[in-house]
Amino acid sequence: MTQLALVIDLNVCVGCQACVTSCKEWNTSGAAGPMVDQNPYGADPTGTFFNRVQTFEVGEFPNTETVHFPKSCLHCEDPPCVPVCPTGASYKRKEDGIVLVDYDKCIGCKYCSWACPYGARELDEQQQVMKKCTLCVDRIYDMSMTEDDRKPACVKACPTSARLYGDIHDPESAVSIAIRESGGYPLMPEWGTHPANHYLPRRKTRIKIHEDELERADNPLKVDRQLPRPAMDEPTLDDVTTW
Amino acid sequence: MHPAFSVIFLTTLIGAAQGLFLALFTAQTYAAFKLLPQPDAHAFYGQGSLLALVLLVAGLVASFFHLGHPERAWRTATKWRTSWLSREVIVLPAFMGVVFLYGLAHWLDWHPLLMTLPGELPLDPTAILGVAGTVLAFALFLCTAMIYACLKFLAEWHSPLTVINYVLLGGASGFSLAAAFAAFTAPELVSFLAGWAAIITLLGLLGRSASLYRNARLKPKSTLQTAIGIKHPRIVQKTQGFMGGSFNTREFFHGQPVAVLRGIKWFFMLAVFPLPLLLLLSGMQGTMGLLVAAFVTQYVGLLAERWFFFAQANHPQNLYYQSIA
Repeated sequence: MTQLALVIDLNVCVGCQACVTSCKEWNTSGAAGPMVDQNPYGADPTGTFFNRVQTFEVGEFPNTETVHFPKSCLHCEDPPCVPVCPTGASYKRKEDGIVLVDYDKCIGCKYCSWACPYGARELDEQQQVMKKCTLCVDRIYDMSMTEDDRKPACVKACPTSARLYGDIHDPESAVSIAIRESGGYPLMPEWGTHPANHYLPRRKTRIKIHEDELERADNPLKVDRQLPRPAMDEPTLDDVTTW
Repeated sequence: MHPAFSVIFLTTLIGAAQGLFLALFTAQTYAAFKLLPQPDAHAFYGQGSLLALVLLVAGLVASFFHLGHPERAWRTATKWRTSWLSREVIVLPAFMGVVFLYGLAHWLDWHPLLMTLPGELPLDPTAILGVAGTVLAFALFLCTAMIYACLKFLAEWHSPLTVINYVLLGGASGFSLAAAFAAFTAPELVSFLAGWAAIITLLGLLGRSASLYRNARLKPKSTLQTAIGIKHPRIVQKTQGFMGGSFNTREFFHGQPVAVLRGIKWFFMLAVFPLPLLLLLSGMQGTMGLLVAAFVTQYVGLLAERWFFFAQANHPQNLYYQSIA
């Protein structure tokens, strides 16, 4: 079983919003579009977005850290939004685990948005149907693109490679390795939704330098002498010849 | 949550209609056992069913205003295996159909004797339709309430008290309506119906107080820490990612100050329970004005109760939408 997902590295996300605009640009002109804005240049603009980058401050001044937090549909393995849908418009694909909405079946009752603890679903004000991240399903299977381009638009846009994409059920995939080796975690695990998307925590990079790495262990008296001059028939590079 | 008036009217109108039908059939059952005088079937059961049907249709019409695509509403009957909303969509028209047939049978005086039950009790189609309607009325209460009670993220709703209160509050308003209606069409039943309306209203007061008590002491399961997965006691949102509004900032917030919320709570705690109770008890002798006032007060109170029911539910997604910058 395949479960496609995003793994988002909070350690490298700089909150540039490139994934937000790239997502909107691709999807408003793609199969999920249009994602229309209301009153875009007015006092109270609003519109449909599949992806947001939020910012949190962790800790108390001066010991604070700014965490940029990209947030989109997590494509839960046990999605609570799917069984509550009265029409079957909300569904999870068996073949790749993507949670999608069939815009031709959706009646816009908003019940699925109530059933999602993450607030990942938004009602499109113009089309009056529920919309959400499609994991760029119209892109990742598009064989007219090169393999490198068959990735979600947000992943392609990220300048710091904070967004990884792949199959979390394949233990050898880059996302599985990242989750396993960098402490990837799901959001709100208390609800048992088993989100497919994972987040990699903030990490401190520390280098431990031992004493003997600064001092030559084979020269305890700190007496350096001149290296022996190589013989005439030997090469003259010191480090090659003076072991 | 943002209280939508379509859903407030839907749940209160059909609740009153279900209660009214239950009251009609309760009276019929008592009369069959000769515990109550036989009322004028045309006027009381026939027109009473019509009144229930009008409320049900009004509720159904109100519900369509909640939909983005009402023309696709027929699709909602397809996922009854998993969705309580779908089940409600099936049970509501079924109940309407039975109420219609029940009223029609009484209207046409269609009482062919199907069989005689032990104790010389005649069984006619209205009794069978009444039993079917009773089952469907309770099924509809269950479906409506479970739409909310099944959402485990909304702790305020995720409780058996939600189901109990939908039954009791619908029942109370329906019996109050039946008492007021009987004052016009079957005065001999008024004290019986008003008595039951008072009893169910009292039970409703217990049920609703219990849920208010419970909800005031809930501890949210999700916190900002689990929402973004960072284990630090002090996390503050600096920006939700946009400065304008979005669906997430509209649908899940009631947008009223705490004082309004508290005021509405005290208003409905008065208007749904003690006021109608007083009016019912003083109108027990058949004073039309008092009984109508009892129902109207209780219904208006229930509109406020339902508004508060939605407004009080705090969705965990709100953790992500706390700051604009």
